[in-house]
Amino acid sequence: MNIGNPRALAIRIAFLLLPIAISLAIGAALVIAVGRDPLEVVDALWKGAFKDSRKLGGVVNFWIPLTLVSIGLVVTFRAGLWNIGVEGQMMMGALFASWGAQYIPLDESLAPLLHLILIALAAIGGMFWGAVVGALKIRLGVNEIFGGVALNALVNVISIYLISGPWQPRIGGSAQGTEPFPTPALLPEFSARFPTNLFMIALVIAAFLIVMVMLNATRWGLNLKAVGANMRSALLLGVATERTSMSAFLVCGALAGIAGSYRVLFTFDNLRPLASGGIGFLGLLVVLLLSIRLLWVPLIAFAFAAILTGSTRLQIALQLDSSLAGVLQGLLVLFVILFHGVQEVFFPQTMADDETAEDSVPSVSSVVKEKP
Amino acid sequence: MNEEFLNTLGSIVGTATPLVIASLGETITERAGVVNLSLDGSLALAAVLGFAAAWTAQEAGVLNVPMQIALGIAVAMLVGALIALLVGFSSIKLRRDQVAVGFVLTLLAAELARFLGADFTRIPGPQITRFNIPLLEQVPILGPVFFQQNLLVYFSYLLMFGIWFWLFRSSGGLTLRAIGERPEAAYARGAHVQRLRYWYTFLGGALVGLAGAAYSLNVKPGWSSPPAMQGDGWIALAIVIFGGWHPFRVVLGAYLFAALRAVSSNIQTNGLFIFGQEISFPFVLLNALPWLLMIVTLLIVSGGLTERLLQYMPRAVQHRLRAFLRSDPPKALGTRFEME
Repeated sequence: MNIGNPRALAIRIAFLLLPIAISLAIGAALVIAVGRDPLEVVDALWKGAFKDSRKLGGVVNFWIPLTLVSIGLVVTFRAGLWNIGVEGQMMMGALFASWGAQYIPLDESLAPLLHLILIALAAIGGMFWGAVVGALKIRLGVNEIFGGVALNALVNVISIYLISGPWQPRIGGSAQGTEPFPTPALLPEFSARFPTNLFMIALVIAAFLIVMVMLNATRWGLNLKAVGANMRSALLLGVATERTSMSAFLVCGALAGIAGSYRVLFTFDNLRPLASGGIGFLGLLVVLLLSIRLLWVPLIAFAFAAILTGSTRLQIALQLDSSLAGVLQGLLVLFVILFHGVQEVFFPQTMADDETAEDSVPSVSSVVKEKP
Repeated sequence: MNEEFLNTLGSIVGTATPLVIASLGETITERAGVVNLSLDGSLALAAVLGFAAAWTAQEAGVLNVPMQIALGIAVAMLVGALIALLVGFSSIKLRRDQVAVGFVLTLLAAELARFLGADFTRIPGPQITRFNIPLLEQVPILGPVFFQQNLLVYFSYLLMFGIWFWLFRSSGGLTLRAIGERPEAAYARGAHVQRLRYWYTFLGGALVGLAGAAYSLNVKPGWSSPPAMQGDGWIALAIVIFGGWHPFRVVLGAYLFAALRAVSSNIQTNGLFIFGQEISFPFVLLNALPWLLMIVTLLIVSGGLTERLLQYMPRAVQHRLRAFLRSDPPKALGTRFEME
């Protein structure tokens, strides 16, 4: 390790900045290609995210579910699992919470209890859908990527059925969404100036700390790592590999489910199709960007949430499609991954010891080839 | 057989064509040992850019219609090939994980398609026209089903036989299978493993791009957001597994999915009648069928369940049934090859 060496340090910094610079440059080129000014886009994104405390509240409202799913995905990635089904687990959590919000008759005075029940229900819903992916993968040998993609689609079909069928509004029923949930079920705003929910923020921080400790200071965390690094040797070392993998799916599913509940109980106040809004996939990007390191998840999730919130202004201010946010995020993650490779292959002496990225992302062989 | 039924079969063959071409493209890429997981996004980006190119040529009044279409197809193929090359490059040269890069590219390409396609949403453009093959179209049953289609569909037939011939009847195909199964052995025999992997990744990606064009210039003409082919990339990837990396089985899988989809959309528009009795249930649930089929097929071909069930079969048929039901991936699929 040559961190002290100025040349190595310069190269390290260059490799940190280059992916950001290149993705911004490509983003700017795209904006110019559709005939707009990149500076106006930056301005719109910034104002859309940070103009006042209301906007900042909007950023936090994306940050909460995004950080929750990202924490969960660190767990599944640690175990070498590609939980693409996280989007569906969010949605299943949203469905469970929506059921409770509509059918559990608790009045205003018991609202905090109701919230706890609804969040717990959502966690169970997410765990249930995570367990299905897990069972398909572990017991039945169906690759978790394909199982996850299929289950994502299935829960979307189920939600559209519920919205257009049993849960449709009494008047003007359509596939747009259910009726707004009764007020006691909705998570309260901290204030009109800063419309977000403090309890959920506390929950995110708690989840972050708990998972941090669980991963780094318990036998469970060690087992996850062993399973992720090498399934066969973990088994030979006496790790209950199947149970460990399943536990990763359950933890991730629970967190994703809670994230889903926030979308319906706070962001929308009702159940809509695709209520998860791609946040699960965005969480995968966050975690890939960080090579599965948990520590920086809240920060990167905040940056991504800011871009996402800011992008809603693109349509209004510049008549630009808000998908530009996703393009920027995707480019950034792609180039971070690619430049990590460039650095590793061409400047191996500048890599820090803990960055041997070889095992930072689960090896593809464990993903594509199933054990017989 | 009545004419209406044959027409339905014919339209299934037509609408299955993009899935057929995309799955066949991915088949040769994976046969070489590379997984291109970016299909779902690649299809969308290729579709929208292919359509944009053809439409722009039409608006500018340059080229005649067939050439506008050819331009669109060329652009789409290039898009698919470049994305695939990026997967290949990051894996072969930069030693990155193929699934990670492929997944990021899926999302990136899909968002890029939405962004660049915003100005091309729901506008009519040039379309591939039908071209019945003389004489063959007159053949009873087969004619209306297979030979009253367009050139892209006929190309997909040729592609299927061509890939089969290349894989199993040519020395080049032997090398292709070798670099996906045992790259070290192929290398020792003098094969340029990395160069060939690049080449087959490029070729497979170009076919995925062609499949994208098949949507936007033919099956679901034009562009809309969310794209009409959303999810098909994942289905194509699953079809490759179901098809056991064999072109005939892959094509069969694609037709099966298209048929299921045709049945479910037909029921949703016309209702369901069994023995003249109208059956009613929430038809939206039928949209779950392709995904259930995906899980079930993967369960059969790659799960341990089949293996356990096979134990109960008479010994004589066990082997044959296993060969029929199970499919094993190329052994070096998704792994890197280092020339040390």
